[in-house]
Amino acid sequence: MSITRRDVEHIAELSRLALTEEEVSLYTEQLKKILHYVEKLSSVDTRDIEPTTYTIPLQRRRRRDEVSPSLPPEEALKNAPERDKDCFKVPRIIE
Amino acid sequence: MEYEAVIGLEVHAQLLTRSKLFCGCSTTFGRPPNTQVCPVCLGMPGVLPVINEKAVEYAIRMALATDCRINHRSVFARKNYFYPDLPKGYQISQYDEPLAEAGHIDTETPDGRTKRVGITRIHIEEDAGKLLHGEGDDEASSLVDFNRAGMPLIEIVSEPHISSPEEAVSYLKALRDILLYLEICDGNMQEGSLRCDANVSVRPKGTKEFGTKTEVKNMNSFKFLKDALTYEIARQIGLMEGGERVVQETRLFEPSTGRTRSMRTKEEAHDYRYFPEPDLLPLVLEDEEIEAIGVMLPELPAQKKTRFMEEYGLPSYDAGILTSSKRLADFYEECVGLFNEPKTVSNWIMSELLRLLKEHNISMEESPVGAERFTALLKLLKGGRISGKIAKEVLEEMFATGKDAEAIIEEKGLSQISDESELLQVVDRIIADNPENVERYRAGKTKLLGFFVGEVMKATRGKANPQLVNRLLKERLG
Repeated sequence: MSITRRDVEHIAELSRLALTEEEVSLYTEQLKKILHYVEKLSSVDTRDIEPTTYTIPLQRRRRRDEVSPSLPPEEALKNAPERDKDCFKVPRIIE
Repeated sequence: MEYEAVIGLEVHAQLLTRSKLFCGCSTTFGRPPNTQVCPVCLGMPGVLPVINEKAVEYAIRMALATDCRINHRSVFARKNYFYPDLPKGYQISQYDEPLAEAGHIDTETPDGRTKRVGITRIHIEEDAGKLLHGEGDDEASSLVDFNRAGMPLIEIVSEPHISSPEEAVSYLKALRDILLYLEICDGNMQEGSLRCDANVSVRPKGTKEFGTKTEVKNMNSFKFLKDALTYEIARQIGLMEGGERVVQETRLFEPSTGRTRSMRTKEEAHDYRYFPEPDLLPLVLEDEEIEAIGVMLPELPAQKKTRFMEEYGLPSYDAGILTSSKRLADFYEECVGLFNEPKTVSNWIMSELLRLLKEHNISMEESPVGAERFTALLKLLKGGRISGKIAKEVLEEMFATGKDAEAIIEEKGLSQISDESELLQVVDRIIADNPENVERYRAGKTKLLGFFVGEVMKATRGKANPQLVNRLLKERLG
């Protein structure tokens, strides 16, 4: 599996990242190397092995349906780059 | 050429849990912005989601009620997209291993046939926050309220078995009824606790291949669903007949114009790069757990309707209306328990009570006339205390004043006159006042009896016992 400039541009678009031409070239090369490295795993024969999505044994872990205190709005909004009263403020979204 | 529509619905139902899906924040609707948020639902680094056991139970209830196959192992996945209503940059959902698959719901078509609509899958997911447009101080920004972020939802995806806007409405109604019966969702479409998107395509009638589909969003009532689908089907047929092609896209329904419009989202944005959610273990369900929930399942609308027909001897039409909501069905059974005349109770609920509820624009729960009072009225009617006509008036008065039937009858002197000597006086007076009609009656025009009955009723303001009036008139005119 290899990666093209087009792939990098696509991922950047999805991630809302504005990359310069130089950055696209740089990341394409870097990602190629990373993927190439990870590809070593493909040389292992895994035909009869179930995919390991989770490394800990399965166990049941659920919450009871109980309400616990939420954050005070002041705390919740503390890291917001911009706010308007008690709302997070973001660039206008047009649909 | 004749065309047919192919429709599949994706329905999101908000589950009636007290707390959110993965954290303890409250799910109360309509609270001030960002007062029901915490590090988990705000997507702060380093937090861990833990699933709400009630949400799992509710999702299983729905899966059982729609005859789905429940997977003993289902997996949560991250659905990645960048949008400001999504604090983490992904939504926790289920993808290739959903909770349940391959079920169905039986719905009624406009011509009264039963149609089975397949359920492709039911999965659990969290809701996103809410964007408030144009409410901020400046035009160039939007505001975000995360109270809704992390609310528990189930998504119910149907097979493309629906072929008209009417069938779509009927399917959604049946689905909503089941959710309400199961008491797992309040079904409120205006507040968004029940939301519906549609996949729509058209094809020449009789062909097998699917046409290109569009996804229609923003239909928050049964009427809008019908209007949006009607418009979209006509639009697609128009394109095909004009030799143009349908473009695969997401379209937004606009209630003000009754049209759908392209959301112009780039196709690129629909690359969600799903992968298993590493913060959550797969959801493992044992048979015992599923069975335990299954036993507790209430009687569902279709079963209840059949039982009403068998147990109370009601026609299909009556049973259908009475079981259209659980509240109404419960009210009916409570009434029959107090006054064992199933058909009379059904008639009075359907023709009078439901009409009055509609006129007063209130729901069954808000009705000022409970089962006790309602059946007390029917008992007075049966016992001959009042006539049917007066009973209707009394019921209206009960609605308006909140008083019981007995009190209203006393106050207004509405008791039926069944006293023979009292009625005879009236009968004799009417006969004396109408010599010409008496002649004609005696000459064979017996249809005039109705006229005399009417006069007696008028004179007694509707209170005379009709059977008694009939008999006395016949005797006197004889």
